[in-house]
Amino acid sequence: MPAAILLIAFTHYPTVATVIDSLFSKATAIRPSRFVGLLNYQRMLDDPIFWKVLANNAWFALGTIPTSIALAIVMALFVNRAIPGRSLVRMAYFTPTVLPMIAVANIWLFFYTPDIGLIDQIAGWFGFSGHNWLGDPNTVLPAIMVMTVWKEAGFFMIFYLAAMQNIPPELEEASRLEGASRWYYFRRVMFPLLMPTTLFVLVNAVLNSFKLVDHLFVLTKGGPDNASNLLLYYIFETAFSYFETHFAAALTMVLLVILGVMALLQFFVLDKRVHYR
Amino acid sequence: MSRIEIHELAKQWGPVVAVDQVSFTVTEGSLTVLLGPSGCGKSTILRLIAGLEKVSSGSIAIGESEVTHLDPAKRGVSMVFQSYALFPHLNVRENILFGLKVRGVSPSDRRARLEESARMVGLEELLNRKPAQLSGGQRQRVALARSIVSRRRVCLMDEPLSNLDAKLRAEMRDEIRSLQQKLGLTMVYVTHDQVEAMTMADQVVLLKKGRVEQTGRPHDLYERPRTTFAAQFMGSPPMNLLQLDLIEARSALAAAWGGTLPTGGLTGGYIGVRPEHVLVGDVGLPVRVSATDYLGAETVLRMAHGEQTLFGKIGGHRRYAPGEQLHVCWSAEAVHRFGADGLRIEDPKRVSS
Repeated sequence: MPAAILLIAFTHYPTVATVIDSLFSKATAIRPSRFVGLLNYQRMLDDPIFWKVLANNAWFALGTIPTSIALAIVMALFVNRAIPGRSLVRMAYFTPTVLPMIAVANIWLFFYTPDIGLIDQIAGWFGFSGHNWLGDPNTVLPAIMVMTVWKEAGFFMIFYLAAMQNIPPELEEASRLEGASRWYYFRRVMFPLLMPTTLFVLVNAVLNSFKLVDHLFVLTKGGPDNASNLLLYYIFETAFSYFETHFAAALTMVLLVILGVMALLQFFVLDKRVHYR
Repeated sequence: MSRIEIHELAKQWGPVVAVDQVSFTVTEGSLTVLLGPSGCGKSTILRLIAGLEKVSSGSIAIGESEVTHLDPAKRGVSMVFQSYALFPHLNVRENILFGLKVRGVSPSDRRARLEESARMVGLEELLNRKPAQLSGGQRQRVALARSIVSRRRVCLMDEPLSNLDAKLRAEMRDEIRSLQQKLGLTMVYVTHDQVEAMTMADQVVLLKKGRVEQTGRPHDLYERPRTTFAAQFMGSPPMNLLQLDLIEARSALAAAWGGTLPTGGLTGGYIGVRPEHVLVGDVGLPVRVSATDYLGAETVLRMAHGEQTLFGKIGGHRRYAPGEQLHVCWSAEAVHRFGADGLRIEDPKRVSS
């Protein structure tokens, strides 16, 4: 019951309020807010920045999720074996996760700084000239994606590591006796058995790709020319920089629908292919 | 071509010696049981034969070739694990065919071999089930079928029946034995259960703390145990071992022994008598009944002579009450003698038996 009250007060009521808000116009000093129906949505469809932000978000998700999952599996496989300094390596992989996103963004801001940043300095030794990674519309989104992968992979690795340690070692021994290579064992036995983890990680990664915007505040503020702007940051800007709260409410509805559809898709489509023990 | 020869095999993990100078031979088409209490190294020996552990020293040969350091897949052995090691995401058919697919056996060949092995273990109806939908006995059969389908001549079994209930265990025991004989497999079978060893084995290798205690037919181990450990490990309840120095009433001991004591060697050491050879009567060693287990066909009596405990397996239906005073005796042929070091002292008259 207390949980229900909290959920209603902080989740369900605001959701309904957002739906209602999105149907009203912006209030000004001379004109109070009034019901405008779907006008906000109409305006959204005509807004080139909205489409740009949406496309950015799609690329961002496509670029970060498979990469960080693949990297997480590789790292987990690596530290799941008996190697010297195993716990040290595990900790090193996990460090980016415990850092706050704002701190991470500041570190990477230094990496990406033109000419004096770490990347340009190293590139300078090999004779490459400096590049404004975050100032170039062509490189700013990939630059942010690299940073996100760096931050997320270690977190996902922990889940994969836990799942791998739950797989009985006899399974690998049995496949070794049958003559299966390591790769065959991974492809036919281990990866299928990791599917529940992959589903869980995938849901988290998708949610994160839409809701993580902290780094944009530090690194780019969505610029240059919205080249790195993501949906949630655009909502924030609309609501609290331009004070277009009703338009922001309409944008929020889009975000909610996208997340809802993603979650349903993952649970119903992937669930069939997932083996739960 | 599938005879197994183990020569002075040893396995160490740091200072821990798990397997110590073990040698034995498994003749082609026979079943050898590695028997011993937990921690005696029997599973380690099996894993060394399979190639899942690295040998510290010694050698393993299968058939004509030495395989001591060969890759597990190239040794031509199949293995049934205690946990069965079935792939939980694959159905029975895929589980059985896993190895054939890895080795690139043609689909028509695969189908024929699948049918054959599934029929042998009675799994035809269950080929599309997942392991989670099978009972313990059925999982065991899948593991067996996976071993049969490989057509490898050597089969290694690591306590395959320990997760089954008593009735099923007896059933599977017979089934594994008859499969092994029908297919002419050379089998090494690990167990801590002496009943499995007695009923299945052509040869038993009894192990204690990584060393071979005795090797021989089940009959040999039971009739002529080489050590007190072997004497007590085989048989249930175990053989009675009486420490001679603790028996002060020599005349009573003589009476129990069929009238006369053998001359010499009656200080230090032990005498052993199987419970089924213990006779309850009016003469012999005085004992007090401390517990009785009525088993229907027989009654197992736990008796005490001074500090020492004796078991007796008594037929018939006479009731015994705890605390009752009895006398026990046995025939001279029933006595096994062991020295103070626990080694058997051979009675010259019995060697021929």
